[in-house]
Amino acid sequence: MAVKIIMPKLGESVVEGTLIKWLVKVGEHVEEFDSLMEVESAKVNTEIPSPATGTLLKINIEEGSTVDAGTILGWIGKPGETVPDDEEVDGEDISESVQPMQTKTKETQPTLQAGRDRDLGFISPVVARLARENHVDLSKVTGSGNNGRITKKDILQFIEKSSDSPPESDMAAWETPGEGDLFRPTELQFPDRFTPTKSATPKVEAPLPSANREGSGSTGDQLVPLTKMRKAIADHMVMSKQTSPHVTTVMEADMKRVGEHLQENKESFSRQGIRLTYTAYFVAATALALRAYPLVNSTWTDHGILVKSAINIGLATSLEDEGLIVPVIKHADGYSISGIARVLGDLVNRARNHQLKPDDVLEGTFSITNHGTAGSLFATPVINQPQAGILGIGAIKKRVVVIQDAIAIRPMVYLSFTFDHRILDGSTADNFLAKVVSVLENWQ
Amino acid sequence: MPEITMVEAIRDAMDEELARDENVFIVGEDVGQRGGVFRATVGLFDKYGADRVIDSPLAELSIVGVGIGAALYGMKPICEIQFADFIFPAFNQILSEAAKMTYRSNGAWTVPMVIRAPYGGGIGGGLYHSQSVEAFFTHIPGLKVVIPSNPYDAKGLLKSAVRDPNPIIFLEPKKGYRLIKGEVPDESYVVPIGPASVSRTGEDLTIFAYGMMHYYALQAAEQLEQEGFSAEVVDLRTLYPVDRDTILASVKKTGKALVVHEDNLTGGYGAEIAATIAEHGFTDLDAPVRRLAGPDVPAVPFSHPMQEWFMVNTEKIFKSALELARY
Repeated sequence: MAVKIIMPKLGESVVEGTLIKWLVKVGEHVEEFDSLMEVESAKVNTEIPSPATGTLLKINIEEGSTVDAGTILGWIGKPGETVPDDEEVDGEDISESVQPMQTKTKETQPTLQAGRDRDLGFISPVVARLARENHVDLSKVTGSGNNGRITKKDILQFIEKSSDSPPESDMAAWETPGEGDLFRPTELQFPDRFTPTKSATPKVEAPLPSANREGSGSTGDQLVPLTKMRKAIADHMVMSKQTSPHVTTVMEADMKRVGEHLQENKESFSRQGIRLTYTAYFVAATALALRAYPLVNSTWTDHGILVKSAINIGLATSLEDEGLIVPVIKHADGYSISGIARVLGDLVNRARNHQLKPDDVLEGTFSITNHGTAGSLFATPVINQPQAGILGIGAIKKRVVVIQDAIAIRPMVYLSFTFDHRILDGSTADNFLAKVVSVLENWQ
Repeated sequence: MPEITMVEAIRDAMDEELARDENVFIVGEDVGQRGGVFRATVGLFDKYGADRVIDSPLAELSIVGVGIGAALYGMKPICEIQFADFIFPAFNQILSEAAKMTYRSNGAWTVPMVIRAPYGGGIGGGLYHSQSVEAFFTHIPGLKVVIPSNPYDAKGLLKSAVRDPNPIIFLEPKKGYRLIKGEVPDESYVVPIGPASVSRTGEDLTIFAYGMMHYYALQAAEQLEQEGFSAEVVDLRTLYPVDRDTILASVKKTGKALVVHEDNLTGGYGAEIAATIAEHGFTDLDAPVRRLAGPDVPAVPFSHPMQEWFMVNTEKIFKSALELARY
């Protein structure tokens, strides 16, 4: 009797998953509990063990498809064993509809040059250093030296050409500024893996309006077709803006004491394997302020304002080319500064290594975005729905301030707090933000 | 400014120092009445007399020994070794006495002495009149080793050497004595011992050289320019203590280094430069450091074709630099 392979429910509130990869081919033998497939859910990849020992008889769902938890993905049994007919029909439909998408997937990775995908030839010390310092992907640099070697000149030219775009930050991923498209759906995180088939019926896309290309008389205008990523970003931003009346309030905080505490403890933390950063202090201060003003830690519902008991703070974390993920520090108010730093470090490491569990990115009740690392002083972040607010951290810069009628130079930061005006009024929001400032300024 | 030869510049330097300081004197084989086999001291015997321009016996050990003794008494000897090949009988005096004197007397005694010696081949001198000896002396803390490459530096460096409180090995590229000409100002000047000189600026690679090889390196750089490569040339001038900052700054700029000397490759002075670059400039390198040097044979051959085979010249530097530039 053949055994069903079912899309598992990967987390408390996870209702669907994307089948990234079958790790076993049809006809191949697999042991029970050996990895059978890779599934992505809520931005997290997980390898799923086989439910039984046997031969993979049939695959119903092709790689790249997103299906509801509980969906039958395939069958395992004895070689030659037949599987129920009705499943078979569905499976074929899906595989047909998926075919063209796979071709497209390949086309989205044109960056590697032929013959250069891994073997870059001899990389001289100076080229290695320049690549590191300037975050250059050497596979994108054309070599003009012996046997196509990348010379110092080649990389310098490449850097000069790409210097229009701002240099990538050398900061830890979670210190990287969140962009406007901070909270992106799965397909935006991993566009090359994305196929849209949730049901057997593929969505037919309307052809691009060609009128603009041919009809518009003006020369030089160009219609850039919407990528799925662009479209989804647009949808999410519009949805958030239309859902909540956004108001942003800005305060500044003197980071002198936090800075001193950071310097004093950095090394001893480091010996314990904990990387202490400013971000940890912002999380800690936010958690304390949320506890003081629970209304900020809430969600609007038609029945009333749902004030969350847990304080779970999400942090925008860059995964570089792959996109952004927002791991959540659960019960952030329950940790000391070293605890927060440790959890932060752990989440970010796992985010980078694709080892986050689905629950790591869920149940956030409030979000922080670190937009200051690129120099931004203050911003008007867009709320991560359905939360009630988002705190933007600006760049910490030394500024002249007046303290007790004397002029002093202090490391200052602007904190931009965007809140949902349905839930919060200005005074509560300002009280919350003032609490964050007060915690930071009086850090001990 | 008048254009003069290397050997004239060297003579002028000694003339000026003899006139400036009565403690300065010259001692060596044929330096007096004959005016030196290379005419480096011509006219000085007549001008300053036999007490200050002293003809020595054919005994290099005693030339240097006399120099050390006189220096300890506050004199400023300029010892001439007729050919650098002949310096070895004096090696023990230089190594064991001159180089160590300040150190072993805890600074109480100094040996302000210059040992001038013409070095290098390419003049049909054969086995005993062609050697390069710098590597023996750049190994010895307590000595300074200076090799000029042009008349201006030769005069200015020699004057600095005479005034320096340390024993100085002053090696003169004998092939360039009359071949290399240059402008030298009439007014008095010195060139400090220590700093190297960037004699030509470039972007694609750096050629490090000194003495005669520096002269060829400049010519090779001209040829490279016609091939579309811009070579920087660094004249080391002082081999010990060497100017690491200038070397590393140039490597940082160009990323490629060719070290050239006429002396044999193995254990040669270029190894020190290459090692310095590898040690302190590794992440600036865009190519392995190259050395171009004389072959590891016991001496510069006498036969002319063989001498040509031995000698590093403009063409060899050009070829090696071109390969490096294209690396």
